[in-house]
Amino acid sequence: MRMLADTLRRMSKSRSLMFSAGILVSIVIVAIVGPMLSPHDYQQTDFDNLLHAPGRAHMQFFGTDDLGRDLFVRSMLGVQVTIVVAIVASIVSLVIGVAYGAIAGYVGGRVDAVMMRFVDTLYALPFIFFVILLMVAFERNFLLIFVAIGAINWLDMARIVRGQTLSLREREFVDAARLTGVSAARIIFRHIAPNLVGVVIVYVTLTIPQAILVESFLSFLGLGIQEPQTSLGALVDAGVNQMEGASWMLLIPAALLAVILLCFNFLGDAMRDVFDAKDAR
Amino acid sequence: MSLLSVDGLTIRYGDTPAVRDLSFTVEAGESVGLVGESGSGKTQTALAVLGLLPANAITSGSITFANVELLGASEKALNSLRAQKMAMVFQDPMQALNPFAQIGAQLRRILLRHGLADRADAREKVLAMLERVGLPDARRQYAAYPHQLSGGMRQRAMIAAALIAEPELLIADEPTTALDVTVQAQILELLEVLRKDTALLLITHDLGVVAGHCERMLVLEAGRLVEQGATRDVFARPQHEHTARLLAAAPRLDRTDIPAASPGETVFEIDGAAVSYAERGRENLQAVRGVELSLRAGETVAVVGESGSGKSSLARAALGLVPLQSGRVTFCGQVLEGRVQGRSKDARRGLQLVFQDPVGSLNPQMRVSSIVGEPLLVHESGVSAEMRRERVVAILMKTGLGKEYLDRYPHELSGGQAQRVAIARALILEPKVLVCDEAVAALDGTVREQVLGLLRDVQLESGLAIVFISHDLSVVRAISHRVLVMYMGALVELANNDTLFAGARHPYTRALLKAVPVPDPEHAGGKSTLAGEVPSAFSPPSGCAFHPRCPHARDICKTDTPKQRTLDGTTVACHLAEEL
Repeated sequence: MRMLADTLRRMSKSRSLMFSAGILVSIVIVAIVGPMLSPHDYQQTDFDNLLHAPGRAHMQFFGTDDLGRDLFVRSMLGVQVTIVVAIVASIVSLVIGVAYGAIAGYVGGRVDAVMMRFVDTLYALPFIFFVILLMVAFERNFLLIFVAIGAINWLDMARIVRGQTLSLREREFVDAARLTGVSAARIIFRHIAPNLVGVVIVYVTLTIPQAILVESFLSFLGLGIQEPQTSLGALVDAGVNQMEGASWMLLIPAALLAVILLCFNFLGDAMRDVFDAKDAR
Repeated sequence: MSLLSVDGLTIRYGDTPAVRDLSFTVEAGESVGLVGESGSGKTQTALAVLGLLPANAITSGSITFANVELLGASEKALNSLRAQKMAMVFQDPMQALNPFAQIGAQLRRILLRHGLADRADAREKVLAMLERVGLPDARRQYAAYPHQLSGGMRQRAMIAAALIAEPELLIADEPTTALDVTVQAQILELLEVLRKDTALLLITHDLGVVAGHCERMLVLEAGRLVEQGATRDVFARPQHEHTARLLAAAPRLDRTDIPAASPGETVFEIDGAAVSYAERGRENLQAVRGVELSLRAGETVAVVGESGSGKSSLARAALGLVPLQSGRVTFCGQVLEGRVQGRSKDARRGLQLVFQDPVGSLNPQMRVSSIVGEPLLVHESGVSAEMRRERVVAILMKTGLGKEYLDRYPHELSGGQAQRVAIARALILEPKVLVCDEAVAALDGTVREQVLGLLRDVQLESGLAIVFISHDLSVVRAISHRVLVMYMGALVELANNDTLFAGARHPYTRALLKAVPVPDPEHAGGKSTLAGEVPSAFSPPSGCAFHPRCPHARDICKTDTPKQRTLDGTTVACHLAEEL
């Protein structure tokens, strides 16, 4: 517990970490609470009020889209979906990647070679081709996006964790544990896993923006979230079509996306510093 | 006027002073030893003189070299002084030499940069220098990259680089700490011969090195100068208690503190052990070839050898961490499985290991209480948490650590404390045999004494048998009852402590003993009697592996492997053992 307290203390000292985390938290709060307070609904069309510019009229601060839907509510829904997709995809990659990498690294030898060649093979598949295949083979649905994004992200995670495990396995404290008769399972969970935490946390915070980008990219291509559901990527896609007449439809979701991405990137960098600092102390 | 004069030098990092109000001088041509334990500010001082301190260091005071103020001097001014007027030899030549440039090119660049030679004759000068530092086949070494040289050869190249511009001051920071003792003796003699008029500031933790090679010495403690004077006087009549403590802790070869063993039953036997490592694309590396050793309760056997002698491989194989190629290990009459995972609980409990690197052998994410308590958790799962805690506290007390250490993490411990924790973890199961693999090599003199004392006490109390692996003969002298000397994976001599140090039979053992620096200016050791270095284990010499370096080698040594024989209780493997 003191290790955790130490880490939290160091986190609270990092300005860029606190700043980006603060912005992210406020965006998420607004994204959850905002739509509840708004009189509008994300799928309610209003043909008397198409492409209405942002303003105070009708409480439509972000204006409306080409179907007269309230852009504020839709943007906030987009933020929710984007962040959920990113976090779920990262957790998927975390669970698969850490388990896979730790087993390959600790067992080593032939098992390791086979497991890692499998990873190499998956790496070689063109990702977009893979996603299009998935979308064609199954119906387009929300779950598939997690699967698709998780399926590429865990590969990196597995490689990183395996590398770390390989070097941890050779450390003397692991030899010491083996000598006293500690079981392999206990060595993995008690001796190796805790020493992976730093690297893994940092890497996860860096995969979140990656997953957001991938989701936006898929939605932008029309392969992602389906109408009337939406995500920031899908909103940007819709905005591009109306760019000339209604620039706000592009600018608002694009700006939100940029801010969220920047914050996650800063967060990842700051986390890396926090965990690196342990050795320097 | 002194060549180098340091006046009131203080170096701080934030609020922490590394060096406080340090004043000393070095005269032209003299050799001065700068001695202290780790963290005493020795290296900081050297870096300050050379203007190599990191940017966050805050300095005050004054350093003048040949009447030029160095503190605060411009990088340009310092650059023209470095190499030309003052040079440095670092502890690790692999880090100090550029891995991407040929040795010769690196030396040539120094000459050209300072305008000490023109392009035409630079190469000749470099070759001459390489020959002077004793690099065999200088033309080939000129074109070699640092990784192609052995440790000793690299350090020779480093010395060549430092001396090629004929500087007035040479600073050597632990120049031989990473080297084997026979090579250390060669390098120190080389420095002595080559430096001629160059003044030497030799930074070291080893009082034996100072005794043999320095006219004057300075003693640092926690950044302060506590004593300085002629080496003879300081050794004969230390004025400051810290100096006296350092001298008392300096290990020597002429006495042993170990009480006679009361031989118990044989608890541990290694029979014809051989270990080889297979590396892809290379021949097998034969690390250990047919070594035998038996150990009785209450006895300490030291295993001695230079790096690559196979001593650690022998220990790791005996413990089941690497597979035995052939031979067997017996513990209390029971033949053990090759791999530690396959061994019985009793055997795993009775055989424990203490590693060289105390911090690396403790899990950085676990507290001392869980580290020391874990073996209990595994072997006595019925014990309640309360009881476990009590036993952990008891064993920590025994190793000299109090309750307040229970909640610490390894990075919050000093090297000596961490090694005590590692020893506590090894002892909590009350093993019959403890293997110490260079267990005190990383510790400072005074701390090393305490840890050795702790091992002796535990042995007297519980009849623990200890296998003590070390490259340091003076430590071996202090702790062991019997000594096993290894060379290139094979036993060369096994004898009682007193017998071995009074009259070794094998020429290799004799050379080792002569090479150990003795902390006594009147009877300086550190004599180099062996040429060359340990050959590569991938292509061991024919016959007796030691013959290429042996001063007594005859024809038979080149063709036949010597058999082990026992003469007056000493086991020795040498064709000439009876004659010498």
